[in-house]
Amino acid sequence: MAEYLIKNGFVFDPVLGIRGDKADVAIKDGKIVETNAVKSPKVIDATGKTVMAGGVDVHSHVAGPKVNVGRNFRPEDKLFTYKPRNGIERMQGGFSVPTTIRTGYNYARMGYTTVMEAAMPPLYARHTHEEMRDTPILDQGAYPVFGNNWFVLEYLKNNELENTAAYIAWLLRATKGYAVKVVNPGGTEAWAWGLNCENIHDPVPYFDITPAQIVKGLIEANEYLGLPHSMHIHANNLGNPGNYTTTLDTFKLSEGIKPKSKFGRDQVMHHTHVQFHSYGGDSWANVDSRAKEIMDYVNSHDNITIDMGQVTLDETTTMTADGPFEHHLTELNHLKWANADVELETGSGVVPYVYSPDIKVCAIQWCIGLELALLAKDPMRVFMTTDHPNAGPFIRYPRIMKWLMSEESRKQQFDAFKYKDKVIDATNLAGIDRELDLYEIAQMTRAGPAKALGLAHMYGGLAPGLEGDVAVFDFNPNEPYAPDDIEKAFSNAEHLFKSGVQIINNHEIVSNGNKRTLWVNTKVNENPQVMRDVKEKFLRYYTVTLNNYEVSGHYLPNPYVIEVDATQ
Amino acid sequence: METVTLTIKNQPELYLEAETISPDALAGKKVEEILGLPVYVGREQHRLGDYFDVSGKPGATPAETKIVLNGDLSRVKYIGTKMTDGEIVVNGDADMYVGAWMQGGKITVNGNVNAFAGTGMKGGELIIKGNAGNYLGAAYRGDWRGMQGGKITVTGNAGSDVGTFMNGGEIVIGGDVDVHVGTHAEGGKIVIKGNAKSRLGGQMVEGEIYVFGKIDVMLPGFVYREDVDIEVDGVKGRFALYEGDIGERHRKRKGQTIYGKLYQRIEA
Repeated sequence: MAEYLIKNGFVFDPVLGIRGDKADVAIKDGKIVETNAVKSPKVIDATGKTVMAGGVDVHSHVAGPKVNVGRNFRPEDKLFTYKPRNGIERMQGGFSVPTTIRTGYNYARMGYTTVMEAAMPPLYARHTHEEMRDTPILDQGAYPVFGNNWFVLEYLKNNELENTAAYIAWLLRATKGYAVKVVNPGGTEAWAWGLNCENIHDPVPYFDITPAQIVKGLIEANEYLGLPHSMHIHANNLGNPGNYTTTLDTFKLSEGIKPKSKFGRDQVMHHTHVQFHSYGGDSWANVDSRAKEIMDYVNSHDNITIDMGQVTLDETTTMTADGPFEHHLTELNHLKWANADVELETGSGVVPYVYSPDIKVCAIQWCIGLELALLAKDPMRVFMTTDHPNAGPFIRYPRIMKWLMSEESRKQQFDAFKYKDKVIDATNLAGIDRELDLYEIAQMTRAGPAKALGLAHMYGGLAPGLEGDVAVFDFNPNEPYAPDDIEKAFSNAEHLFKSGVQIINNHEIVSNGNKRTLWVNTKVNENPQVMRDVKEKFLRYYTVTLNNYEVSGHYLPNPYVIEVDATQ
Repeated sequence: METVTLTIKNQPELYLEAETISPDALAGKKVEEILGLPVYVGREQHRLGDYFDVSGKPGATPAETKIVLNGDLSRVKYIGTKMTDGEIVVNGDADMYVGAWMQGGKITVNGNVNAFAGTGMKGGELIIKGNAGNYLGAAYRGDWRGMQGGKITVTGNAGSDVGTFMNGGEIVIGGDVDVHVGTHAEGGKIVIKGNAKSRLGGQMVEGEIYVFGKIDVMLPGFVYREDVDIEVDGVKGRFALYEGDIGERHRKRKGQTIYGKLYQRIEA
């Protein structure tokens, strides 16, 4: 493989602790190496530019059945957004639910190289893998959802931790999944009965188990197995005024539990898109920000990580396995609604949504997301996301960087709000003058998420031995710049390397890369009961047989298996 | 106002997609520049000059530009799409998407138009002297933002799905219409001077539909309220007022539920 030497750039790397100093980065055989280990490298002159590791997205909905429902039922999302084939680039289309091809290219243009699909319905794992396979460049993994799964509900009701763990290990292998995802625990199952679980003690109909039991049980099972990532949760009561108490109650379920993983993470719970879970008040008329209460908790508890779910003020497509929430949303905005029930496992809904700066609640949501990041004491535990496409399309990450790095740009946005004064009254953001620097941004977008995923040995930094994932941006942090310069530079990487392959050269995509799919293979002691339960449930309830369920080899032409041994 | 005349000289093998035929694209350009503007046949890009002769000259701004199109344009799509000002006169038939997403100015078609004329129209005036195809003043596929403003006048008949997801503006049809009128409408006004078939106002939330002739089948979601004497588009008469679609959600104003209104003339 070609050798590269990226010379003289301003490097921001939390792994090596480099804060914008001039440094060289060398790549050989797909990995980062010491600069003296390359013999005749191709030299990239990064003088006056910013150099970072490839970005890592911990939570994004980019592949699978609900994303495709979004594509199918929103032809207007593709209107005027098609781009014909050009050189190595294949045809692209779509805005909030882009084609797989555009997904890969647009992440690459922002300097991202690893993206995790945040919710995979196990029954449709094959579809999810087909779409990931067709997404160029990026290394990807997918999180199967467990929080409303009948096996899990039954085992945990009987406090059968070992069986829960064995089932998780089996399902991760069967679906080629990466982590344990939980969406509205119990609530989506309740939705099949026309109900919901609105707090962590609200029992699930028929199963007679509470969300608190599900969450705690899944954290414990996750640590029993020692998986690379922690349990990854979207808690109950998303998107409702006053829901911050449910969020804090959910956080507290992790108290006293320590990580037991060889993969270097410190958290036992990752709570996703916390913006949607940080509302005070008791109606949309008096909803306010509780980001402070939320961040007080997060800042003082090391075993939790979160991501933002930043509202970007765009027209977008919401999609989640939180079926009852999507129904609530379509009742609110009267736009089209898709709903699905996934047999014994989960459900989902899809609704378009317009986050308008002229609507007070949307502006408050915008403030809350930024407050979470700006009130973070440890940027290694608070990650940048938009819960793509729920709070906005991922292509807005550079815009969020701008808002986080520039108080002036936040003021400009406040001035553009129709109900500026009411928004300021209901939030804390106007009183926060913190401006993040690129080192902190690198923590939130690279080193932090890589560590939380248990992938710090591969991604998130520029230390020798890590993957050769490096982005060069045409941005000089030492020269004066306007806020918009940040967005412009980080939307359009000048150079990008993925596992040592040059993907972008002079802002132009020159390779479709060698995308890999990461999955976790966990060795557990034989568990005849769980295997018997699986067989029986497939015979009695599933519409498919096991043979048509498991994800086999050709769905993952380039797999990367992470082995975990939980037999000890 | 300056006039630029485009005369079609070659018919496209498939269909010509010509969003560039609009005062916004032509204003301030020299004839050579206009000849070089991009048009598409399938996925291939061509020059406007490959298909049209250009004479005269456009004005400096869209408002000062009038475009006259001559010849058989029945295979030319997107004439006047997104135009904001100025004028277009089409002397002949035109294909789909005439005046789609139009925001201002005026288009006159001295002939028939195919489907999707005035899709998502926001403002301006679209006059069709012949017949219109399906989806006149409707929303783009999947979109909930149909015609929102401006006025469409059709001298002849219109096809099915007139004013789907209409939110504002006015459509006046001199002749008859096919099925589905004002489906999902949340505003606006549709006047049908001829006859209608069936499924008028399905899932209509708000807005008005007037029918001068007969309606083959009235939807069960519409309820007769009263007879009213009104004047519509300069014509006075007595109309039966129906309200609906009662199966759809409706907002309240001062305690009063607002329905979609369907008027049918009972005597002149």
